[in-house]
Amino acid sequence: MTETSLTPDALVMAAPAEEAPVRAAAKPRAAMLGHVLYVLRENPVTGLAFAMFAFFVGSALFGVWLVPYDPLATDATATLQPPSAQHWFGTDNLGRDVFSRVIVATRLDLMISVAAVAMSFVIGSVLGAVAGYRGGLIDVATSRVLDTIMAFPLFVLAMGIVAALGNTVANIIYATAIINIPFYARLVRAEVNIRRDAGFTLAAKLAGNSDARVLAFHIFPNALPPMMVQVSLNLGWAILNAAGLSFIGLGVRPPTPEWGIMVAEGANYIVSGEWWLALFPGLWLMLAVFTFNLMGDGLRDIVDPRQRT
Amino acid sequence: MGARGRATLVRVLQAIPVIFGVIVISFILTRALPGDPAVQFAGAMATDESIQQVRETLGLDKPLPQQFVLYLSQLAQGDLGQSLSTGRPVLTDLASRLPASLELTLVALLLSCLVSVPLGVLAATRPGSWVDQLCRLLVTAGVSLPTFFTGVVLIYIFYYLLGIAPSPLGRLDFVYLDPPRVTGFFLIDSALAGDGETWFAALRQLILPACTLALFTLAPIARMTRAAMLSALSADYIRTARAAGLTRGKILYGYAFRNALLPVVTTLGMVFSFVLGANVLVEKVFAWPGIGSYAVEALVASDYAAVQGFVLSMALLFVLLNLVIDLAYSVIDPRFGTAAK
Amino acid sequence: MLSIKDLQVAFKTRKGEVNAVRGVSFELARGERLGIVGESGSGKSVTSYALMRILDAGGRIKAGDAVYSGIDLRNASESAMKDLRGREISMIFQNPRAALNPIRKVGHQIEDVLRRHARASRQDARDKAIAALEAVRINDAAARYEAYPFELSGGMCQRVVCAIALACDPKLLIMDEPTTGLDITTQKAVMDLVDDLVKARGMSSILITHDLGLASEYCDRIVVMKDGQIVEQGDPKALFTRPQHPYTRKLVDATPRRGATIRALLPAEERRPELPHAVKDTPILEVKDLVKTYQGKSGPVHAVKGVSFTIHEGQSVGLVGESGCGKSTTSSMLVRLLDPSSGQILYRGTDLATIPSDGFARHPLRPKIQMVFQDATDSLNPRHSARQSIAEPLLRMTPLRGALLAARVEELARLTGLPAHLLDRFPHQLSGGQKARVGIARAIAPDPDFLILDEPTAALDVSIQAVVLNLLADLRATLGMSYLFVSHDLNVVRLLCDHVIVMKSGEIIEAGPAEDVMDAPSHPYTRALLAAAPQAPAA
Repeated sequence: MTETSLTPDALVMAAPAEEAPVRAAAKPRAAMLGHVLYVLRENPVTGLAFAMFAFFVGSALFGVWLVPYDPLATDATATLQPPSAQHWFGTDNLGRDVFSRVIVATRLDLMISVAAVAMSFVIGSVLGAVAGYRGGLIDVATSRVLDTIMAFPLFVLAMGIVAALGNTVANIIYATAIINIPFYARLVRAEVNIRRDAGFTLAAKLAGNSDARVLAFHIFPNALPPMMVQVSLNLGWAILNAAGLSFIGLGVRPPTPEWGIMVAEGANYIVSGEWWLALFPGLWLMLAVFTFNLMGDGLRDIVDPRQRT
Repeated sequence: MGARGRATLVRVLQAIPVIFGVIVISFILTRALPGDPAVQFAGAMATDESIQQVRETLGLDKPLPQQFVLYLSQLAQGDLGQSLSTGRPVLTDLASRLPASLELTLVALLLSCLVSVPLGVLAATRPGSWVDQLCRLLVTAGVSLPTFFTGVVLIYIFYYLLGIAPSPLGRLDFVYLDPPRVTGFFLIDSALAGDGETWFAALRQLILPACTLALFTLAPIARMTRAAMLSALSADYIRTARAAGLTRGKILYGYAFRNALLPVVTTLGMVFSFVLGANVLVEKVFAWPGIGSYAVEALVASDYAAVQGFVLSMALLFVLLNLVIDLAYSVIDPRFGTAAK
Repeated sequence: MLSIKDLQVAFKTRKGEVNAVRGVSFELARGERLGIVGESGSGKSVTSYALMRILDAGGRIKAGDAVYSGIDLRNASESAMKDLRGREISMIFQNPRAALNPIRKVGHQIEDVLRRHARASRQDARDKAIAALEAVRINDAAARYEAYPFELSGGMCQRVVCAIALACDPKLLIMDEPTTGLDITTQKAVMDLVDDLVKARGMSSILITHDLGLASEYCDRIVVMKDGQIVEQGDPKALFTRPQHPYTRKLVDATPRRGATIRALLPAEERRPELPHAVKDTPILEVKDLVKTYQGKSGPVHAVKGVSFTIHEGQSVGLVGESGCGKSTTSSMLVRLLDPSSGQILYRGTDLATIPSDGFARHPLRPKIQMVFQDATDSLNPRHSARQSIAEPLLRMTPLRGALLAARVEELARLTGLPAHLLDRFPHQLSGGQKARVGIARAIAPDPDFLILDEPTAALDVSIQAVVLNLLADLRATLGMSYLFVSHDLNVVRLLCDHVIVMKSGEIIEAGPAEDVMDAPSHPYTRALLAAAPQAPAA
């Protein structure tokens, strides 16, 4: 049978003998690099994820100039053509090149998710850090507001917000940001909270640091690694969310190329067998989310090898 | 009343401020409409009189606090406004469509729990094995799948290519009649009516959308089960149990799994949040006549009362589900409501 | 009865295979009580896990034999081992609360073992479980049967763990640091109980501990381990009076004991004469009627109920008590991390209690009162190098910059005996003793004249504790600081302190010169504390 894990007290990480040279006095940066290389070797998938991430960023930055066709140009003579050498991903009902549309859409999809995640990261971090550090009434009030946001099924709340604020791309970003704030705020709050009474925090206070300094320069940097993991996982989720909203007709309007909307348009043709309309944008969407999730897992391994889940 | 009874009561009471918060946010959303909310609520075909009428019903000419009180009293009477597209009260619409959504969601959740929990347990007991690798892959792929895309792909494969699935249009093929309405759940109602043929037809319609939703919820549950099981297995009390010579089955299920269940149950709350959102997308893909597709139709038609009614009722449903989850948690964890937890 | 020959255990790690146990041999006779003593990383626990074959997935027995009553433990089938565990050989673990399933009634956990080894049927399991609880002297066993671990105290949990281990009358009991995490009086009660039961039932026992004193009190024979090997074995008395191996001698020396001076803890060749420290008559800190009351969930919690004491310039005062006695709360208030509910803290005549702790970081008196923290690992910012940690207070509270700052940091490292080449390492690259030195260097950096030492050696091995205590004594003499030494261990406190204060339930129950309190305690609680501390045989 597989023996379940039992870690004998201080065996593997046996405390080095007093004053003896502990480890090869590796420079911290070199040690970090070594660790990253180790994680990549152990799990090559993480390397793949970073490569795919580079590909998506490249598509977003330069895709517009590299695609073979104008993503908006219709061609009545070549509608609904299956994938071919001319049209790698086929053409849609208006004869537009699906490949060009899929690549060009990368920029919009990434922009929505990056902007939304950046907003929720900043707002969530500040809220969570202050609540976790101060505790008391501020903490209770913040938690109540966040709980209320979390009391909505989040996608449904995003629908409600976009419906209320108006059907625009900017509002998709705001809605996605709002529903993500609680995740960051709660994470930072927890990370700050466990460090609030840690020895090094108290020591920093004794060293003459004001509370703001302790929070900003001693506690927060230590909470950053798990935050980065969260950011990566969240980017994937934000893309899914934005694509989901445009799938049901919110935010992005046709004929703008966007993955969610393209799947929605393509879905109408799936029952008649024109699969390429929905498949390629859906695949790209899936790959993008997959990349962010893999990257998040990889970052998690790099940040904390014990947390491999 | 013991400490646990008191803690349970406190948990139930805690739902009240949350519900209040939900109502406040809903209210803000209805009043945040760009331009004149009355014009928006009255819809595209509105006349000056109908706009004026909407303004009066919503109390838009009054100060905000007063509008809120009016809003509350309307809610208390179950008044979510009139739907522009159906012309019926929003509440009636939602109530008639809710069973369809619930049936889909519950079947999907049941399906996904049946697969993901054993998978997570197996992966945790055999770290590094092929089951573990499969679990990791499924977990990462599962959360990456856009539900609407999975649905489309499943339709293409099982309806268009293989032809074994019925056409993805609604809960029942048009050749069948709806079973007499008792619970609104077609599977239960047709079984009650003793109509095996309809039951089977309803099941066939249900399978694809339920699988789509289940695939989506598989990942978080399997992930949590695996992580919780791993951490339970490395706990000190497992070492005690092993040193006492207990059997593997007893250690895995009697000791580790029961403890691992606690975080899994907590995760279910988050899963419900995802599933209620994903429901909207799946219903649109499969033309499922639930409240999700109702909301999508309302969105397209700029039917604000219907949309906001939907958002509010989904939130209330979710609060209720969370309450049920926490109460279930209190049953399994003896520490509930004590200083130790 | 148990015979171990040349046992070797290895673990797979990222850096290749690590040999945790490297050729250990010993015998255990029927009825014998064996102690395995060693510092962290000596492989003492791994040896016992290997015997029970409950090593972690990466661990395996590489070579050697382990034979228990004719059974080959190394090659026995897993099912045979399962029958053996709990029935023939049982184990008690450290941290008793975690060692019990948190969501199962303790009675049921005992029944599980009884039923497993066919010692009870469904019908009589309950009665037998209650009997097992009674055997470990748990009052009102029938009611405790229904309890969950979280409802029991730490000592009570350890009794339940004992009940599980002893339920099936094993012949051999292995105790792995059974008293870690328990208060000293509870520790004594649990050890006395187990010792009685072991003797009464004629069992053999193996006690694994880092505490030579504890082992010598409860064992017939002691095995001393270091780096996976046995360096010496013998009966406790002989080990203490005539240690053969230099490592044993170092360990014996470093164990705090009655009558020993702080220098006597160091190996003989490192003992330099103790530097005198002068105690002046002027008070540096006067605490008057200090009270701290928290708002708990079920009413107010009185953590500190009006304590008053005075610390003179150059004096070292020990603050002693068990967990929850209010000593940490008191020290937090003195170091101005916590605001008292009422009372005065007069530092050279200035009442610090009136200055809110929020703003104290920028107060001119901040550099004067500093603290050394309990856990050196937890108290160093993981993202700061040793140099950054030591420089931090200098940057915030002194005008030193650039070359002057670097020179001061290096001077502090020299003062605390931290090799200069370690200054650019991060906490995880330093050993426990080195981290303790960084923590001390940081505390003395702003030139304080009053230092609070919050159990500064609690997380350290005894040999390193000896070094750190001596360092603190030296610094006190050279820098002329006054100390408040907070600790649970009277034997350690007496080494460093002139004056001792004993706290219990938020109040001071006894105070006086160290010798008086230690040699002629007036309060029964102090006497109990002293009696509970394991006493090594006089050297």
